[in-house]
Amino acid sequence: MELVCPAGTPHALRTAVDIGADAVYCGFQDETNARNFPGLNFSPEELREGVSYAHRRGTKVLVAINTFARAGGTRLWQQAVEEAVRAGADAIILADIGVIGWACRTFPEQRLHLSVQAAATTPAAIRFYVERYGIKRVVLPRVLTVDEIATLIAAISCEAEVFAFGGLCVMTEGRCQLSSYATGESPNMNGVCSPAEHVEYRQEGGELAARLGGFTIDRYPEGQPAAYPTLCKGRFKVHGKAQHIFEEPASLDTLPLLSALRKAGVRALKIEGRQRGKAYLTATVKAFREALNALEASAEPVVHDLGRLTEGGRGTTGAYRKTWR
Amino acid sequence: MKLTLGPVLFNWPTLAWSDFYARIADEAPVDRVVVGEVVCSKRSPFRLEAAGAVVERLERGGKEVVIAALALPTLKREIVEIDAAAEGLHLIEIGDVTALAAVAGQPHVIGPMFNVYNEATLSELAALGAMTVCLPPELPMSSVAVLGKAQASPELEVFAFGRAPLAVAARCYHARAHGLMKDACRYVCENDPDGLEVETLDGQPFLAVNGVQTLASGVTVLSGEVADLRAANVARLRLSPQTGDMVAVAQSFRDLIDGRIDAAEQLARISALQLPGEIVNGYLHARPGAVHVSAAS
Repeated sequence: MELVCPAGTPHALRTAVDIGADAVYCGFQDETNARNFPGLNFSPEELREGVSYAHRRGTKVLVAINTFARAGGTRLWQQAVEEAVRAGADAIILADIGVIGWACRTFPEQRLHLSVQAAATTPAAIRFYVERYGIKRVVLPRVLTVDEIATLIAAISCEAEVFAFGGLCVMTEGRCQLSSYATGESPNMNGVCSPAEHVEYRQEGGELAARLGGFTIDRYPEGQPAAYPTLCKGRFKVHGKAQHIFEEPASLDTLPLLSALRKAGVRALKIEGRQRGKAYLTATVKAFREALNALEASAEPVVHDLGRLTEGGRGTTGAYRKTWR
Repeated sequence: MKLTLGPVLFNWPTLAWSDFYARIADEAPVDRVVVGEVVCSKRSPFRLEAAGAVVERLERGGKEVVIAALALPTLKREIVEIDAAAEGLHLIEIGDVTALAAVAGQPHVIGPMFNVYNEATLSELAALGAMTVCLPPELPMSSVAVLGKAQASPELEVFAFGRAPLAVAARCYHARAHGLMKDACRYVCENDPDGLEVETLDGQPFLAVNGVQTLASGVTVLSGEVADLRAANVARLRLSPQTGDMVAVAQSFRDLIDGRIDAAEQLARISALQLPGEIVNGYLHARPGAVHVSAAS
């Protein structure tokens, strides 16, 4: 299985390449990708340098252009595709049918991957993208169990990539407008979820209130660390009772499932977190590299505790196990 | 401008569901009615028997009936059901690419949970047979205007009334809220005909849970915006069923479109009805969906 690692910056790209990524993925400095955060991502020139660095060491570069093009502004997304092709990207990760159609007609030789944001969950949907647009790999939404993934892979003719570690979308990716309901900005339109400029922390009577777009996402007693107020990880009142109605702050961790994922026919494992720092990148890439090497050698995998890198110190196998639903 | 009554998104008991459509057939000035289960396939068996009669009743009432496909099919039987529906007599409204694959090449309708953000996507969908495209609720007016000018465009529809569908997931939040698992959910979603209220810890209404779906707590009511939408070549407005008087809702939209009342009067009429949440319209104004932008501002 190929290990696909996040490269939020040129420096992160080099780090991931050096410590054993089979592929890295990155995006441009604008709303064409789903991690459109200040200080993150690549200029076209940085991408060309990054591709050249990665290729010298046998690592692939996948360029994510995985938001939905703005009406009247589709040229920006087309230019991003052109820059990625020009830089020599090994694959371009796309989500928007409009962008995909244009890319496959304009660059028929370019390898295209289907982003998780396209939310293709069934053989029929994936076959549609493969047959109509020549998609070579699908990144599966985090809604399927391992058994369902195995059945799915047996029924499709392209490669499948799954998320292995990192921030867990609870909703089906690419099909969530919660962020824009509270803030006006969403993953699909703006490449951001629960954006920082709409976050406010306020001390209120011994408690810290974390708000997003004016909505309280959680409250913390004094001294307790506050999590970033990502909307779907918040605590809300349902039937008058405070609860994490959607999901506890937790990160996906598939280290316990690697063997099952390989058996299911998964071709690539993706580590989430282009926005995370070097410590996170190094630890996760190393842990998965070692685990994969052990798996290939049929050896006992080294067990890493990545708990400190997860949200709320908590790992979950998420939808990969049926009981999560 | 035409009116489309969207599918009932909530798990209404079969009898209430049939009665609702009987009244729509007889009294509601809507042109098209979308019928079918969009959120959870576990609900549909109960309605299957009643569905034939509902469709017949609506058609006798002069409504065009469109059959809705599930928004997030993952199980084999769910996909088989969509394929079967695609071979039927009615137009199908689809919510994702699985269903699109089933209807590609034949006339169909795109529902509001399908991602259509730009003219390139619109043109791909037109080439595949889309007749009507209901745009995602979060789309601002600037985008709607561009899409209205797009070449070879299917007719455009905009979400104009109801709790906007915001997200869909594999996990059932209704079951989770009751400490149950999805496979043993006891159909607890039936208790909440407008969705389960999700408030902030400060008691502010925020969202509504409907099985695997999450909706806005606020109720979208477009009013003064309707004239702009018409000018932008939007052909249809979608009214999404909530409990309360949907016939009155449809009538006030019809009267507004036909110039019998002005926007202020239409908004006043709808405000006087029993609505499950506060009135919102922020999305079309490029603001957070949860806000209400008044006509004066």
